[in-house]
Amino acid sequence: MSFLRRDELPALLRAIHDPPRRLYVRGDAAVVFARPAVAIVGARACSPYGAQVARMLGRQLASAGVVVVSGLARGVDGEAHRGALETQGHTVAVLGCGIDRDYPAAHASLARAVAERSVLLSEYEPGVEPAPWRFPARNRIVAGLCAATVVVEARERSGALITADFALEEGREVFAVPGEITSALSAGTNALLRLGATPLTAAADVLEALGIESEPKAMTTHPLLELLPATADELARRTGVTPAALAAALAELEIGGLAAEGDGIYRALA
Amino acid sequence: MLARAVTFALVGLEPRRVEVEAHVQSGVPAFTLVGLADRACQEAKQRVRSGIKSAQLEWPGNKSTVNLAPAELKKEGSGFDLPIALALLAASGQIPRERLAEHASCGELALDGRLRRVGGVLGVAEGARRAGLERVVCAYDACAEASLAGVEAIGVRHLAEAVAYLRGETEPPEFVATNGTARLPPLDLADVRGQERARRALELAAAGRHNMLLGGPPGIGKTMLARRLPSILPPLEEEAALEVTRIHSVAGLVDPDHPLIGYAPFRAPHHSASTAAIVGGGPRLRPGEASLAHRGVLLLDELAEFQRPALEALRQPLEDGEILVARAAGSVRFPARFQLIGTMNLCPCGARGDPGAQCSCSAQRIARYRDRLSRALLDRFDIVVTVPRPRATELQATRGEGSDAVRPRVVAARVRLAEAPPSRTPAADELLTRAVDRLRLSGRGRAKVAAVARTIAALAQAEAVEPEHVAEALAYRAPPDLAT
Repeated sequence: MSFLRRDELPALLRAIHDPPRRLYVRGDAAVVFARPAVAIVGARACSPYGAQVARMLGRQLASAGVVVVSGLARGVDGEAHRGALETQGHTVAVLGCGIDRDYPAAHASLARAVAERSVLLSEYEPGVEPAPWRFPARNRIVAGLCAATVVVEARERSGALITADFALEEGREVFAVPGEITSALSAGTNALLRLGATPLTAAADVLEALGIESEPKAMTTHPLLELLPATADELARRTGVTPAALAAALAELEIGGLAAEGDGIYRALA
Repeated sequence: MLARAVTFALVGLEPRRVEVEAHVQSGVPAFTLVGLADRACQEAKQRVRSGIKSAQLEWPGNKSTVNLAPAELKKEGSGFDLPIALALLAASGQIPRERLAEHASCGELALDGRLRRVGGVLGVAEGARRAGLERVVCAYDACAEASLAGVEAIGVRHLAEAVAYLRGETEPPEFVATNGTARLPPLDLADVRGQERARRALELAAAGRHNMLLGGPPGIGKTMLARRLPSILPPLEEEAALEVTRIHSVAGLVDPDHPLIGYAPFRAPHHSASTAAIVGGGPRLRPGEASLAHRGVLLLDELAEFQRPALEALRQPLEDGEILVARAAGSVRFPARFQLIGTMNLCPCGARGDPGAQCSCSAQRIARYRDRLSRALLDRFDIVVTVPRPRATELQATRGEGSDAVRPRVVAARVRLAEAPPSRTPAADELLTRAVDRLRLSGRGRAKVAAVARTIAALAQAEAVEPEHVAEALAYRAPPDLAT
């Protein structure tokens, strides 16, 4: 287990107004700091929509060579890390406790996977307990490491908005994923959009802002994808396909990574 | 004088022969009951005395002793009233002793001498048949149940009738046989509107005897759907029906007119149920809900609200198909091969999955709610379906297919699964492997998908499991946050 002194930190993080004195490291920091980084943050109790968007962005940004930075929390954070790991990309988890602590406990194996592939960071000494007042400070590092911050889903008073504030203060790009205006989980992100954050409609928006060429995706269209999001029963009624055949078609889309189900609703993964 | 009547005590479901010996001798008038009789059985003394007097018979006014042998077997319940009364009457010379010895008997006496039926009559009658006793004297409304055992049931309404019959003075009251088979509660699948996917999953669960978990917000018809599962299950074969009836008889749950339970039983205990209520046991070693659901369906509505020990206790029967209740005095086996259907909300407040409501649960709260179910139990569900709230237009949809249309398909699929279970084609194998890789299925998850795919193929009367069957089965896999 090692740590980085302030003068060893990446330039972007060193540039914030109160950079950490040292960063404890679990994993290999060198590979990660050489690449452009984007933070993906959002609600812990996210909706299936939020989870799917976070995972999709994690996957697509990581496969374009971007390092996905987040906080290893449940919900959006975890999905973003997982998405990045799925494509063998790089991802950084910044913790609000000692790097040897498994917090949250449910993400212990995810933390191991992140440390194996990339790196876990914390400004706290090993052994420090997680505490609510440490998380905002952690968020400044998340935002500080990255050229851009993406907020996927956030309630009105969400920790993810603190991350977005830090990013704005340091003059970094802030993206917000538009959500339903009736959903409390989108209140925070939609408020960011009103204040002038850039709406995120695809991973390419972020890549463009970072000046990374994104190769145009081969469009694989399936007639069902145009009807999503919808429940299986709604699709059955609209297409006239039997529930059995429809279930098979939807499963094929899931295997192909083109759609995903959450709480009974199928969504397209653009 | 000494006389003997024969009856049977049930240890679990197993009948054990009990000899009721009565000895009447001269001495100070007294009535003693010995032979490890429990409280309900001790109270027989009062009922028997009143019953004999009400029947205009003579109470042996001497020192009478009744012994229930073997003495080491604990005797429970009120079914010993009739044999005790008959043994006393024979011992005091009011009925012929030899004739009494040719009959088994059981029943509870009312103070006016009428006979009431007790639980477990079928077990007693089966014990009698095995012991070579062809005739069983029992309460008139227990007649239909006793005759299921293949014995001649002598149904009597009053102690006086039993005495007259044993004296050979009258023929026993004629027993008008009904067809004897209980009817299925009239719940039809046609009542369920919309919910195409859940209906399809229910049909698969019926065909392959798969355990199924239905998730979704409250009020969308999860329970309504689950309650209609018995209506699409094939009727029970005769041997199975007797087995089920035996269990229900012990619990005192059979209909006197239609005792034979010829359909898959359905049990839905409330989530406050104790462990003993679900797996059986208690001081009197009763079968629990899991055994009452033997060869049928056990519905656990609001699965996450059940006490954890009660759910954990279900793991043994889900594995072995029976429950072993062990006591210091010995252990009892109850069969419990049931199909488990669970329902649960997606979060503790219930709003998740409902577009018209806002879920207020924190991530930890949802995690805690789902953690209440052990992985080991969740592993038992082959089919997991999340049912979102239907839109109003769905509810206007025409009535769905009725149970009578679905059942023949289920029966045909079961025949196919039993006779020529389809196996996977290479293409289906390839798809399954790809799915394991892409959808991160565990080894057990893969096995469950394979089993459901086989049922889908059997339901389609296909020769082999094709890729489309595997693909459909994948749609019913457990979501990653519930999978293991």
